[in-house]
Amino acid sequence: MARFALRRLLGMVAVLFAVSVLTFLIFNVIPSSDPAHRIAGKAATPNLIAGINKEWGFNDSLPEQYLTMMKKVFGGDLISYFGRENVDERIVEGIPATFSLCIGAAVIWMFFGILFGYLSAVRAGSLLDRALTVVAVAGISIPVFGLAAVFLIYLTYKTEIFPSGEYIEFATSPLQWAEHLILPWVTLAITYVGLYSRVLRSNMLDAMNEDYVRTARAKGLSDRKVMTRHVLRNSLIPIVTLFGLDFGALLGGAILVEGIFNINGIGLYAYESLKNFDLPPVMAIVLFGAFFVVLFNALVDIAYARLDPRIRLGTEAR
Amino acid sequence: MASEPNVEVTPGASGNPWRLAWRRLRRNRVALAFLGLFLLIVAFVGAAPLWADNVAHTGPNKTHTLEKIEVDGKAREVVNREGKPIGPQWFEAGGRFFLGADGRLGRDEMVRLMYGGRISLFIGIVSALLTTVLATILGLLAGYYRGWTDTLISRVLDVVWAFPVMLLSIALGVSLALGGLQIGPLRVSGDSIWIPVLIIGGVSIPYVARPLRGQVLSLREKEFVEASVAQGAGPLRVMFGELLPNLSSTIIVLFTLTIANNMLLESALSFLGVGVQPPNTSWGTMIAGGFDLLTSAPLLTVIPSVMILLTVLSVNVFGDGLRDALDPNSKLRLAAHAGISEPEGTAV
Repeated sequence: MARFALRRLLGMVAVLFAVSVLTFLIFNVIPSSDPAHRIAGKAATPNLIAGINKEWGFNDSLPEQYLTMMKKVFGGDLISYFGRENVDERIVEGIPATFSLCIGAAVIWMFFGILFGYLSAVRAGSLLDRALTVVAVAGISIPVFGLAAVFLIYLTYKTEIFPSGEYIEFATSPLQWAEHLILPWVTLAITYVGLYSRVLRSNMLDAMNEDYVRTARAKGLSDRKVMTRHVLRNSLIPIVTLFGLDFGALLGGAILVEGIFNINGIGLYAYESLKNFDLPPVMAIVLFGAFFVVLFNALVDIAYARLDPRIRLGTEAR
Repeated sequence: MASEPNVEVTPGASGNPWRLAWRRLRRNRVALAFLGLFLLIVAFVGAAPLWADNVAHTGPNKTHTLEKIEVDGKAREVVNREGKPIGPQWFEAGGRFFLGADGRLGRDEMVRLMYGGRISLFIGIVSALLTTVLATILGLLAGYYRGWTDTLISRVLDVVWAFPVMLLSIALGVSLALGGLQIGPLRVSGDSIWIPVLIIGGVSIPYVARPLRGQVLSLREKEFVEASVAQGAGPLRVMFGELLPNLSSTIIVLFTLTIANNMLLESALSFLGVGVQPPNTSWGTMIAGGFDLLTSAPLLTVIPSVMILLTVLSVNVFGDGLRDALDPNSKLRLAAHAGISEPEGTAV
């Protein structure tokens, strides 16, 4: 186990390095225009560009440029020239709102994803199964921002059932916090509810044909017990892996949802920066986001290998 | 770009599995209905010039801010003093402003919807083609050669995979939209629609290449490959003559589902302003444009959203049906689909 964890962590460090190099290449090397000009954004003046050129060392060798960029992003002196503010500080300020959004959405999607998947697997072929499948496929096919817009139009502007987004701190009022987050949560969760219920359904249908299920039935266990204790439990394993991947990647969806519902988190910061083509914040958010995903996945994998020895052995064989 | 992975597979293989698949697909009414819907959408966007020239008498980027149109004999402003665009006129104005105008600029929403759809579909399909062709080549190389070739390809794919798709494409989108791209002598400017095609096609590669590589790895051990090698077939022949045909059903299915995902990604990027750049329009940029008028003219947001939903839905459902037809016992499937695409239900 310790060996697995160590190897996984070493692998993680390698991936983190690769991801940071890739980010560096994307922002500073691949595009065919002056990087200082891009970083200056709309605020560009010849003076500023000259300053950025010097500060970011765009005349140095690539490895040096890479180090300068990493030092800036992780050292906390990354400046948005458009917003005239410190990028890292803004990002830290946005963490509570973004986490509230993502964790809430994750709870909703896991709950309904598992519930719907379970129901349609247990009643495969029934009307309920088909109805749930339709909902799931529609959920997968819907553009997040389109759905958000429809929610805003019909549930906020026309009927005023829900407040129009914005983030109320949990400490201020837990009730308002939740009330303001319901629509964003649901919006963000819907795609995943569809996806997870389908994955779970398919896993469960596969698992139902396994020998251990037959054994369980032969032992005389009730249908429900076979389903929950054996089929569901084993089918949840891939769901947990998927969850590790998707939860980290949720920041991408959060950019859309926070932007639309005006939730003052990291996503909204990214959204506004993108609209203004303000590069430094985007650079930092992309890098932090990717790092978070890689870290989170490594932790999930390790936690998971502890729970299920097959994972350890499987990776060993690979 | 020649696309090798395709429907025509060696007739020597008796063509039987394909006919069988076709028969299964034909029985699947739901999948066919959604294929019909998809073709309808294609016809709709295909008719854009016809509608623009003969009915709406305008182009997708033509502004009509200060103009008045005649509705039922009365003149109405396309954009009123408060900047509110005219709503849907259906055929009241002879087909002009069928869905109203798109905002302050007073462009014809219907015409833009049709032209925007062309770009959305174009990017979805061409980027999926790019993804599939490159992923197939990478999957074949990695699975066939194994060893360091596989290690190299797989590690690179792993890094791209580790990167959340949205963040990666946003990063690429924002830097390339600002800087454009120079590949050798080829210069792609920042507002070209080839930029989103390349970005979306590129970031999706691992999601197709990984399953293909796995399949190649296991196919490679089969007797027919051994036989072909024994007959003196070179690597290219084994990869493209022997392995590729056996991958074709997987490739077709992944290709369809990639179209759906890529279209969603395109719309999200365009919505954020880092996908399709003006003067080009896609459904994603139209939604972004309509957002400012969400309270006064909600349809400007709802209609393109519904178009995206319908298109992606039709591709997804048809893709599922295709998967059932081509490979009924597929282990590849991300999810089962008995309800919607296999009315007989899954034997439980």
